Amino acid sequence: MAPARTQVRVPGSRPSLAMLGFLAVMAVVAVAAPFLVAGYEALNLSYALIFAIAILGLNILTGYSGQITLGHGAFLAIGAYASAIAQQKMGLNFLLTIPLAGVVCGLLGFAFGFPALRLEGIYLALATFALAVAAPTVLKKPEGITGGVKGIILPPVTSPTTLLTDDQFFYMICLSVAAVCFLLAWNILGGRTGRAFRAIRDGDIAAVSFGVNLASYKTLAFAISAFLAGIAGALYGIATGFVSADAYPFQLSILLLVGAVIGGLGTLEGALLGGFFSWYLPRFSQQALKNINTQLANAAPTVTQGVLLLVVMFVARQGIAGLIRSNIHRLRYPVQRDDGAPGDEPPPEQTGPL
Amino acid sequence: MTFFLQQLVSGLAAGGAYASLALALVLIYSAMGLINFAQGEFAMFATFIAWTLLVYLHVPYVLAFVLAIAFAMAGAAAIERLIVRPFERGPQLGVVIVTLALLSIVNGAAGFIWGYIPRAFPTPFPQSPVVVAGVYISIQDLGVIGVSMISLGLIYLLFNRTKLGLAMRTAALYPDSARLLGVSVGGMLAIGWALASGVGAISGIMLAPTLFLEPNMMQQVVIYAFAAAVLGGIESPLGAVVGGLLLGVVLAMVGAYVPALADLRLAVALLLIVGMLVVRPSGLLGQVHTRRV
Repeated sequence: MAPARTQVRVPGSRPSLAMLGFLAVMAVVAVAAPFLVAGYEALNLSYALIFAIAILGLNILTGYSGQITLGHGAFLAIGAYASAIAQQKMGLNFLLTIPLAGVVCGLLGFAFGFPALRLEGIYLALATFALAVAAPTVLKKPEGITGGVKGIILPPVTSPTTLLTDDQFFYMICLSVAAVCFLLAWNILGGRTGRAFRAIRDGDIAAVSFGVNLASYKTLAFAISAFLAGIAGALYGIATGFVSADAYPFQLSILLLVGAVIGGLGTLEGALLGGFFSWYLPRFSQQALKNINTQLANAAPTVTQGVLLLVVMFVARQGIAGLIRSNIHRLRYPVQRDDGAPGDEPPPEQTGPL
Repeated sequence: MTFFLQQLVSGLAAGGAYASLALALVLIYSAMGLINFAQGEFAMFATFIAWTLLVYLHVPYVLAFVLAIAFAMAGAAAIERLIVRPFERGPQLGVVIVTLALLSIVNGAAGFIWGYIPRAFPTPFPQSPVVVAGVYISIQDLGVIGVSMISLGLIYLLFNRTKLGLAMRTAALYPDSARLLGVSVGGMLAIGWALASGVGAISGIMLAPTLFLEPNMMQQVVIYAFAAAVLGGIESPLGAVVGGLLLGVVLAMVGAYVPALADLRLAVALLLIVGMLVVRPSGLLGQVHTRRV
């Protein structure tokens, strides 16, 4: 008997039992992780999760709704400043500043979405690239508010319980925030909004003729993306304990895009993988070459990210997530057996931004 | 008034360099509809080649200049053939990612070979200024303006007065007809990349004495070049030149007369890019295209 026809799994569709089991194991691993690694590694894991949230935002804009952004780092910077200023000037608890930064960035992203409506494809890439390069100099300008070149120093996060070290406590915060963000994204992308995003990406004229309001969905994608960037930026600032515009150069925007592409554009698991990639890749490549040659080690992160990006573009445009997906599919439905048994499904047509 | 004229000349000199890099972007855009985000890095790398020839190998300036440009052209043509080609017809995001990858690789490679310490770059022009009617004008600035204008003029002649230029324009505008007429469209694209990289290299070599040479030298310049290209019309070579000169003068005047905005020149460029793209995407001198939805 032929196996039931598989549906192309989209976020938001009812997860299978195997998927739920896998997610449960992942959740246990995620909670246990900071206790299994050396103390300071918990902070690195936190950074990776923060990058995952940022890349999730980038992915919704570029991977799902097909609008190229090279300026995501600018929104991270704004989120970090929003959080730092709210803590320093308004005395807010740092936990409260995280959603606040998200909302501030979301509104700004929504506003930037309007001129962006008139820019298509490559023009949008150009405008956001300029945004990423210009943002640090602009943010440094109002010294009274942003602290200028000196930046803003934040108090370190301290754990309220002796069960957790400060780093472990902060990791748990990042993990919870990331879990909420990914769950939200799963819901948004699985429903009407997600379908509208993908329709716009795959053919805007067709989307319009099916009744998708191009302007509102495109600006919405910008707002959601910037909202997530703001949250990631706030966490990043708190993690570093210091917010300065120079921590958000345009290379950060490129690094986030690299993570999104290597992880797999247009997939949620790609965003998570991408977060880990874009945080650990520069460190590993620099560390690996440190003993050989300092100059080589300093140049290593940029070169490796470029080379890996090219490799992914040439051999696996769907990124690691795409590779995993197609392999799972191949295991489930092996290609044409010799006895010519019927019922083997061809791999589902993968649509994606690339 | 003399102050104004001095600012004007130095603005035009910077503008000439922006114009060259903007022209590089426009050449590739009008041939293939893509923006090479690595253009500035190509120029930086070629400038390092020139520096190595001049300082380490003591090659005469003119020869080093020519060799660096030749290197830039050959390198860019090879990159176009080997790396960019498979993505030309695909989605725009793919090409953007590939040129960003090139940006990272070239930037990192320069950092590895030459390090990140800013270096002084020799200039062939005398340092002492000339005095014209009470106005001190640096010969360096005049030289940069001259070199930029000569190279831009040569590009103009190549496109409008030679058979190769005609073939390149045909390949860009009507690729299918060009193929039927025996023009190698792929070859023309590679030549387009080579030319773009060549004028970009001139821009880098002209700017290096004032900016100091290091791997991130061109990162701000490339934004000015984008702004210049968008200002003049990203499909119009003449527009790129006009836009570059205009931008150079505007930025010099902003720096001189509105000191509060001097650090915000990048933001001015950003506003120009977004504003122009929203209000008049075809630029000052470009042709208007229409598309529904």
